[in-house]
Amino acid sequence: MSSVAEKIDLSLKLTGHYNEVKEKLFEGSPDIINNQRKKAFQDFIMQGLPTRKNENYKYTNVQPSFAPDFKYFHSREQKDVDLHEVFKCNIPQLDTHLVLLQNGWYYEGNSQVGQLPEGVILGSLGQVATSHPNIFEEHYSQLADTSEDALLALNTAHAKDGFFLYVPKNVVIEKPIQVINLMQADVDAFVTQRNLIIAEQGASAKLIFCDHTLNPKRYLSNSATEIFVKENARLDCYITQNQHNRSTSINNIVIRQERDSTIKTNTITLHGGLVRNNLKVILDGENCQADVFGMAFLDKNQHADNFTQIIHAKPHCLSNQVYKNVLDEKATGAFAGRIHVVKDAQKTNAFQRNNNLLLTDEATMQTKPQLIIDADDVKCSHGATVGQIDEEALFYLRARGINEKDARLMMMNAFAHEVVQNIDVEPLRERIDDLIDKRLQGEISRCHDCDYNCEC
Amino acid sequence: MLSIKELYVSVEGQEILKGINLEVKPGEVHALMGPNGSGKSTLANVLAGKEEYEVTHGEVTYQGEELLEMAPEDRAKSGLFLSFQYPVEIPGVPMVNFLKTAVNEHRKHKGGKPLTAGEFLKLMREKKELVEMDTQLTNRSVNEGFSGGEKKKNEIFQMALLEPKLAILDETDSGLDIDALKIVANGVNALKSENNSTIVVTHYQRLLDYIVPDYVHVLYDGRIVKTAGKELAMALEEKGYDWIKQENGN
Repeated sequence: MSSVAEKIDLSLKLTGHYNEVKEKLFEGSPDIINNQRKKAFQDFIMQGLPTRKNENYKYTNVQPSFAPDFKYFHSREQKDVDLHEVFKCNIPQLDTHLVLLQNGWYYEGNSQVGQLPEGVILGSLGQVATSHPNIFEEHYSQLADTSEDALLALNTAHAKDGFFLYVPKNVVIEKPIQVINLMQADVDAFVTQRNLIIAEQGASAKLIFCDHTLNPKRYLSNSATEIFVKENARLDCYITQNQHNRSTSINNIVIRQERDSTIKTNTITLHGGLVRNNLKVILDGENCQADVFGMAFLDKNQHADNFTQIIHAKPHCLSNQVYKNVLDEKATGAFAGRIHVVKDAQKTNAFQRNNNLLLTDEATMQTKPQLIIDADDVKCSHGATVGQIDEEALFYLRARGINEKDARLMMMNAFAHEVVQNIDVEPLRERIDDLIDKRLQGEISRCHDCDYNCEC
Repeated sequence: MLSIKELYVSVEGQEILKGINLEVKPGEVHALMGPNGSGKSTLANVLAGKEEYEVTHGEVTYQGEELLEMAPEDRAKSGLFLSFQYPVEIPGVPMVNFLKTAVNEHRKHKGGKPLTAGEFLKLMREKKELVEMDTQLTNRSVNEGFSGGEKKKNEIFQMALLEPKLAILDETDSGLDIDALKIVANGVNALKSENNSTIVVTHYQRLLDYIVPDYVHVLYDGRIVKTAGKELAMALEEKGYDWIKQENGN
């Protein structure tokens, strides 16, 4: 089948599905979500499911991931299972406000959230939309530009639930908030999750998102997260992707920063069949700082594509991006990073680096930095490397008595460490370090105990 | 200790060493001199086990073993040490991890127990003094951001930690000011004993004022064309290499 025919087919299939389940989608959701839904659906029809002809999806073919017949979760499924018994995060000493979501839905039995400061709203996006309409309406779908990305449009068209967090003015949440997204279905499943996070002026929070697949069914997860970081607020967002090789994970994150705010994101892809991370950061006030990191370890036929857009909309901001990939066997990776310094965003400092390590001749990496600079007093840099392990350095280590295997491990750990050290939650950082070390030694390294009994 | 017989070595099809013969006995210091491109560094790297060099002929015995058959790490653990002409920077590999792993690999090889963190730090402090190494440097990644002099000091520091039987110093003096040169030379001399040997590869006689050789060899066009006592180094310093080149028909 030609790609054009395929595109039309799959796009038609998705629009057909939407029309079929429309009633279910609209039912129980407030107007604000449903109005955006209508608009987003039109935007999806206009764009169609992306093909590789779309410049933004040049390195990732998402089409085959959409081909299977999936079960959808357009309404909450009632189950009498204690999800806390099904999944336990086993990272030692990781003390968090813990929240579980299942197939995109906020778990109603969440009992490990713990005590949060007064005024914090944490819960189900669908429910908060009704219980706190003012806060919700002011923010929902204000950052997600559905005319820009078809998958973001599809998410908005399907959106029913997800994770919601509101941190009021000057409130600091000391412990990290851990959001565990579980994929668990008895058939192949399409999961839509929509998150909204708002840090008011002077607020501060750390978020950890963990994605897990709990059985070897085929999963397609299309999630979108909007994050507002207001004046002088601080938000850290750590994402660990730990799905199996038959899963597709599409993540759209849009962050808008107001003046004097600081964000840090660190996306660690440990496992996944096809992973596409779209991250857009809008530095929309003076004196903002954005530190954006990412690291993927891929083997077999895994594919990960990090697509970032850093938009310097106001002067005197700093952005710093480091993305790295370690690609083994036939894995493929992509990084496309766009920095846009708009007119009058003077005194911008914007840095970007993408380093990639290929462990075999069959692994491939595509990297595309893009700088659009419409201001004249800025400091911007970008750099990309794709290569093997530095043989000179390897020889140096061996010449001191360190055997080749250990020397390679040392160097690969060193390569990863630059990104991993930017996880400011120590127990999580130690776990990631440990998983990477195991992974590099060729052991199976999943962040949770699984009994897949399979190769995926 | 080391015996090189009729060694021919090529790099990318070009013959660099054309029949090297050299005997080094325990306790001896040999200086290897010669103009640029004569093959000095090639010889040093071949002995350490660098892979892109192709040995086309000859043999090298080290402590009774076929050196050329050994992996670089095994050579190191058997007491062969190369002080690199250009030590590489390895960002992300902390000095302390690197050194501790190296020291413990050596200990394991000798049937000893690995050092505990405390024991290792004590050893490190001791050896640092020997080369007057800045304490801060060991908190960095391997050679990362080190000045030229610091890198060379770091090589001798590693040598002090690993206590080799045969040390090959590949232009350890180049790029050093006179104070750093003295420190490096003192370090080398302090490690010298009647059981271990040193090969000093250098352009200049300067270093040999501090590390006094038993033999001076002149390498030219891939061969050792002259061998004598330390007075040869003085003659080279005075007259340069031209007379050597003329004597060898160039």
